[in-house]
Order: sequence, then C-alpha cells, then structure tokens
Amino acid sequence: MKELSYDAVVIGGGAAGMAAALELEAAGRRVAVVEREERLGGILGQCVHNGFGLIEFDEELTGPEFAERFEDRLSARPIEAFLGCTVLELEVEGEAKVVSCVSRERGVMRLRAQAVVLAMGCRERNRGNIRIPGSRPAGVYTAGLAQRLVNVEGYVPGKDVAIIGSGDIGLIMARRMSWIGCNVHAVVEIMPYPSGLTRNIVQCLRDFDIPLYLSHLTTDIYGRDRVEGIEIAPIENGALVMEKAFKIPCDTVLLSVGLVPENELSRKAGVSINPMTNGPWVDSFLMTSVPGVFACGNVLHVHDLVDYVVEESRRAGRFAAEWLAGRRPSRELRVKAGANVRYVAPGRIEPGRDNKLYLRSMIVKNDAVLEVKLDGKPIRSVKKGHVQPSEMITIALGAADLVALAAQPDSTLEISIQ
Amino acid sequence: MGGGASGPGDSFDVAIIGAGVCGANIARRLSSYELDVALIDKEADVSFGVSKANSGIVHGGFHHNKKYLKARLEIQGAMMFDRLKAELDFPFARCGIVVVALHEDEMRAVEQLYSQGVENGVIGIEMCSRERMLELEPRLSRDALGGLYAPGGGIVEPYRFVFSLVESAVKNGVRVFKDWKAASARREGEAWVILAEDGRSLRARYVVNCAGLYADEVSRAFGAEDFSIKGRKGEYYLLDKLTRAKPDRVVFPVPTSISKGMLIVPTVEGTVLIGPTASEVEGKDDCSTTRSELETILRSARNMIPDISETDVITSFAGIRPTLGEDYYIEASGLVPALIQVAGIQSPGLTASPAIGEYVKDLLKKAGLRLVEKPDWDPFIDKMPRTRELSGYELDALVESDPAYGEVVCRCERVTEAEIVEAIRRGHTTLDGIKYFTRAQMGRCQGGFCTYKILKILMRETGMGWDEITKHGRGSTVLRGEL
Repeated sequence: MKELSYDAVVIGGGAAGMAAALELEAAGRRVAVVEREERLGGILGQCVHNGFGLIEFDEELTGPEFAERFEDRLSARPIEAFLGCTVLELEVEGEAKVVSCVSRERGVMRLRAQAVVLAMGCRERNRGNIRIPGSRPAGVYTAGLAQRLVNVEGYVPGKDVAIIGSGDIGLIMARRMSWIGCNVHAVVEIMPYPSGLTRNIVQCLRDFDIPLYLSHLTTDIYGRDRVEGIEIAPIENGALVMEKAFKIPCDTVLLSVGLVPENELSRKAGVSINPMTNGPWVDSFLMTSVPGVFACGNVLHVHDLVDYVVEESRRAGRFAAEWLAGRRPSRELRVKAGANVRYVAPGRIEPGRDNKLYLRSMIVKNDAVLEVKLDGKPIRSVKKGHVQPSEMITIALGAADLVALAAQPDSTLEISIQ
Repeated sequence: MGGGASGPGDSFDVAIIGAGVCGANIARRLSSYELDVALIDKEADVSFGVSKANSGIVHGGFHHNKKYLKARLEIQGAMMFDRLKAELDFPFARCGIVVVALHEDEMRAVEQLYSQGVENGVIGIEMCSRERMLELEPRLSRDALGGLYAPGGGIVEPYRFVFSLVESAVKNGVRVFKDWKAASARREGEAWVILAEDGRSLRARYVVNCAGLYADEVSRAFGAEDFSIKGRKGEYYLLDKLTRAKPDRVVFPVPTSISKGMLIVPTVEGTVLIGPTASEVEGKDDCSTTRSELETILRSARNMIPDISETDVITSFAGIRPTLGEDYYIEASGLVPALIQVAGIQSPGLTASPAIGEYVKDLLKKAGLRLVEKPDWDPFIDKMPRTRELSGYELDALVESDPAYGEVVCRCERVTEAEIVEAIRRGHTTLDGIKYFTRAQMGRCQGGFCTYKILKILMRETGMGWDEITKHGRGSTVLRGEL
C-alpha cells in the first residue's frame, strides 16, 4: 500500500475541487486532487446545454467546455490528479489528515496532508427520500441519471415522460427529451412556485408547451413491470384534495426533487453538519469543525450556478493556503439566518476583511429588501427586485461595513428579507 | 447457476416448483442425495417472489404455540442457521430480539409470550424491567414499561440466503430453470409431465409445490387439492445507515391477533428496516405502497423509537405474504400421487425454511423416493470478497490480483466492478438481481449514480443488447431507444 504526502489533498475533481486546487498550488503548495471518475469536471461533463460561465468567463459555455477550461489550467500546473480513484476514508491523525483511496492502477493509497478540501458535490434526492408511494416498475429515473444516459451514453430512457419536481436538471431534461422526440406530458411541483431558475422555466417548458402543475403532489406511480403512469392531486389551502386527483399516463418518470450535499465521508471523519444545508458548518475560512478540513461548492451547500461554486471554491483554496501558512482568523462574527432566510453560508465571517455570503430566501417576493443587522442594529439594507427560493442571493460585506462598528467579542450578524 | 433450456428429454427425479426460500432449501437438501433435481421458477431470477421482500428475521421461537407445525419448524429452523452461514457465506447475525411493552396490559401479553417461549425451549429468554430494557436499547421511548429479550433471535438478508442456497444446490448438481412458468401437468406412466406456459416441458417422478402466492394455482394445475392462497401485503421503509435511530437488536411491539406488528430491524448490512403493515389484498402481484400505510409505519415505529426521522428514509417497498390457514400446509397430496404441497408459508417462513427442507425430504422418502447419500456432496460455496468489509491492506492485495476491485461502481454501498461481474457470472443478469446480490443501487442514492455503469457492465459481460436489459425480467425493460 502506497503512502504519499502533500500539503493539501482535494477530494473531488469537479469545478469546486479544481478551483480550490489551483489556488492552493498558486500559493506554492503541493496539492493532489482525488477524482473517482476517469476524467475531471464532475457533473459538468453531462451538462451539454449552455449557460455556464457567464460570470467566470463572461460568455456562455456548455458544461464540458467550462470543465475543459479548468482542466487545461490544472494540467498546466504541477498538480497531481488521481483519476478513477475513489476515496474510502478520511481520517484525522493528530495534526495530519489521511485520505485512503483506491483505483484500478494504483490499488489502495494513503495520502497524508495537513489540509484537506472537501469538494465532493451533491447527489439527487430520489423517490424514497420524498416518499412517493406506488409500485416499483422500471422507468423511474432521477433527472441526472436520465441526463447521463441521453447525453453521454446515447440511450433514450423512455418515450412518454412525466417529470416530478421542477428543479433545474428536470427542466433541462424536459427540453432535452423533447428535442430527441419524446413527449413530455407534465412537470409536477409540490410548491406553489417552481424550484428551478426562471430562465429554465421559460426556455425549457414554455417554449415547448409543457404543462407545469404547481401545488400538486404525486400520489401514485403505477405499472407492474414498466411505468404506466402517475396520479397527481392538487394541494389547496395546505390540504391535499384527493377528489381532484387525476392520472397522467407515461412510460417514464424523471425525478428532479432537490439535491443533497454528499457528506457521508465528512460525517465519518467527525465533521459537524448544518441540518439546514446538509453541508458542514464552516467558519470565516470555510473551515469545518475539524481543523484543517475545508469545504466548498455543492458539498457545502447547493449552488445554482457553477460560477458561484468556482468563486466560493477559490476562496476555500486561498483560505486553506493561508491556514497552512499559519494564519488564523483574528476575530469572527457569527452569522444568523433571520426572517424569511433559509440559511446563510458561511456561518462565520471575519470583520477585518472582505467577506462574501451566500443565502437563500424562503419566500417569493418582488421589491424585497435584504436587511443586515449587527447585534440587532441595522447596518446595511440592499434592495432586491425579486427574490425566490430557487435563486441564490450573494452579498459582499467589506471591512468598511463591519470593522468601524464597535462589535462585541461574540457579536452576531443577522440577515433577513423583508 | 444455469438458466438452461429444457427439452422434452429432460427427466428428473424431483421437480421443485418455486425458487423462493422454501424451494431453495428443499433443493439444497435434496442435492446431497443421488437424485436429479430441477428447481423451476416463473421469474427471471430466484428469490424474486415472496422471499425478496420481508423482514429478514430469524425469529425467537416465542410467538407461536408448539401445537402448530409452524412453531415446531420455526424452533428447529432457527437452530440451523449458524451452520448454514458457515457453509454458505450469507449475511446473518444473532443480534437478539426484544419485545417492548408500552402499556400495563401489553406487559401481560409479554408475560404470555415469555411463558410460551419457555415452553418452546427458547434458550436465554428473559423478562425485562424498564431499566433492563432501556439498558439493552437506550434509544427506546421513555414510555417503555419493560418487555422480553430473546438473545438467540437474529437477522438475515433473505435474498442472499436464497442465492447462496441455490448456488450450493447447483454446485451439487441441481438444475435451475428460470422464466419457466409451470402452467399444466399430466401423468405419463409413473411420472409427471409439467408443461410451461411457453410450451417447454419436463418430466419428474416427484413434484414439490412451493409456489408461494401461486401454490393454489399450481395445485389446481396438477388436479390436486383445491385451496385458495390470500395475499397479505406488508409495506416497509428502509432507513439510511447513518440514522441515529438504529437499535442493536430487533425491536418488536406486542403482537396483535393478525400479525406480529411493526418492527424496527437493524439489518445485517447496517440499514434499518421499519414495518411491515398487514393488509389483505386482492391482486397477488400488487406490491405497491400506499400513502396511508406508510404514515402508519412511521407513527408506529416512532412510538417505540422516537428518534426515527423521515429524512432518514431511503426507500419504501412492499412484500406479500401467502396466507392459507392458521398453520402451514406441508403434506403429500391426498388426491394425486407424488406431489408434496408446501403452501401457506407465511411468517415465520424464512426462519422455518431450513427445517422445511428436512421435513419435505422426509415426506418424499415416505412417498417412496429412495435417498442415497452422495459421497462427494460439498456443503460449502466459494466465499466472495465484499469490498466494503475489507481493510485497506486486504483490498490492496485484491486489486493487485484483479484490478476491477479498484473500480468502485456503487459509492453508497462500496461495490466494485469485480463484484458486479461476479454477480453476473453467477447468473444474476437483471438490475434487481445484481442489486440483491451485490447491494449496488440499494444505498442512499438508490442507483442514481451507478445504474448507467451497471448497464454497461451487464451488456459487456453478457453480450445482451440495450433493449434486452431489464429491471426484473419480463416487460421491465430499462431503455427505450438509442440515439
């Protein structure tokens, strides 16, 4: 069994992992990236539609193109990328962390490092997670699996499709399935508003005349060997109205019902998880509860744009490099989600420095106001033309915003939406 | 295991109809004698009927009175599992069983179960005070008043048990016919000729009917006894390995008159199973789950372990138990010759099944079948490494010998390509067959990440086209076109 040593090991070679690794290397650190697939880029490889890179590259790229640009940057630098290599375990041995991983070519390796960056991304919620009753026939896929089958493997999972959940991958797949000649009969959403980006509702559903059933619950998936249809019923005033239930015949069900950060490895290593995001609790350095273990991208919280993932992950890479150089946050403020805010990440910021926060609204509202309070006192308010849960909100809080204020040692910053 | 075609020349001493846990045990038991045995099943793989979806419990021997055949077989069968595990390498553990009383009158019912257990000769059974109960299972509700503890009870992966039994039987000469639905039968001289739905046929001197939910139809096809098997559906939830609500032992409520109630089962593979419900159903193949029943499971399970959270649910499923009367019906037919009926094997069928194998062997002997022991009978099957159970050093050595052990296909349950290939080579060529054999697609992502990889391996290893890949045989094709 091989043992290798690095300054930092990045787990996951998607957009997050690559961005973090590049920053660590730029700071002069010896870095290894461990990726379970045979190539870098993560899920971007199957996202052949465009819309990636508007912020990062100021142009519209497809997923594979976006990934390729980062791969090129990575391969130009002395960064070790272990491909086809699955991490088995992350252990903390005193100051050091040991990442055990296995691959075809190298067998089991133990990679030792002072810092580890978690960048494993997320997985799709499935039928069991949202407890859709019914039979268990062939033809029920998560939207991401269907996307893989169509875009990479070249197979058509089914011809007559119903999509449960209006997440972005589901919307993208509604369009993709229509393009390859399938009939998409419905997109069914339990909430009164779509859970995907507005641009996807317009470009993927309206342009194809695909009906969107808001406030509808899927009450049954039926069919013995292969899916024969689903039954859905409206939710009115919070109650399911079974008398109005109706059937939608189809041979395929795609599920786009949310994403969950993949933190089983983190949990087993002792990292504390925030139940609101299912990602690790992190401080102003994007460092988890285990010193020297950092987290970024969709393993920290689910982002809606890869551009945001990259931005956050760069910071995680830089913070990890600073931490390796011995710097620690001088003082931190706790960040709290206030009214109408689902969560704010990270949960701590350092007042003496420029900070960037990501948050998600719990409400749909036009002309909303983002209120920032420090120990109950309003310090900033930002007007937002429109907020909705599916669109992540970013806010930058610079040193100027915070440092001038005579904050107490255990001050709390609260962000709410009014 | 061969899924071989049968021709008119195929002639057997014994044909066993139904490759569930009873058929598999009978086949394996008979494989130790100089006999030609056929094990046939209408499904695409063995264990795809009643045996695939149940609680996976080796019962504690206190639920039924000894006057019933099922109780006697349960007690005998339960004691056979340790040896079977040593020979057949399937997941089994004697984790123990507790029955929890939440009210005073439930405590009285527990006392009755205890007396019955003592009467049945259950080893180590004890009555528990509240303190003892909470010491054994600290996650139990604070409302627990006490209960019963049977340390010999256990847990088993039912399909893996069947797979191992069938593999052992095949190793010792039994032939398996899958996708072979026995539709009719006639006597020809001293033998039965069984005709499949698709026109194939085989001859057998003796026939064992252990067709589970369809034992009544098979009996009628042979012109034997007319009885009616009713389906009783049980719905379950499966919880993630990382749930905080995992008990160390199987937790039973106090039973009702129709069922043993909804249990909380820490499975051998580390997940937690809660259920089953019990509802009479019309259609015997309706394994659908329902909203209301699933709510009942959560409520009932939380009564015993309040930490059970719906966010831990990774999947739900239903199984159907074949019910006939109060007791099992295991006898030689009184109407036609050389037919042994094994019907109505509901709970504790899995526990009793090894003893049913013995019992049916004896019935066949009584009916005139000559049993001559094979001198070279091999009770052991080849143990297969499971990546998730290995240390880093062990896995490293394996990858050296077969690099496919370095390719993790299923991340949630840590299943490598080598294990998928092994499943296919052992005859499991549907997505569900591979799932039951390896656990790939069985974890928290439920196949979201690995299904396409398994499809590709399956096509490569079997030469099947994309349109031939199914979830569980018949019309359950997975793909509908190619781009």
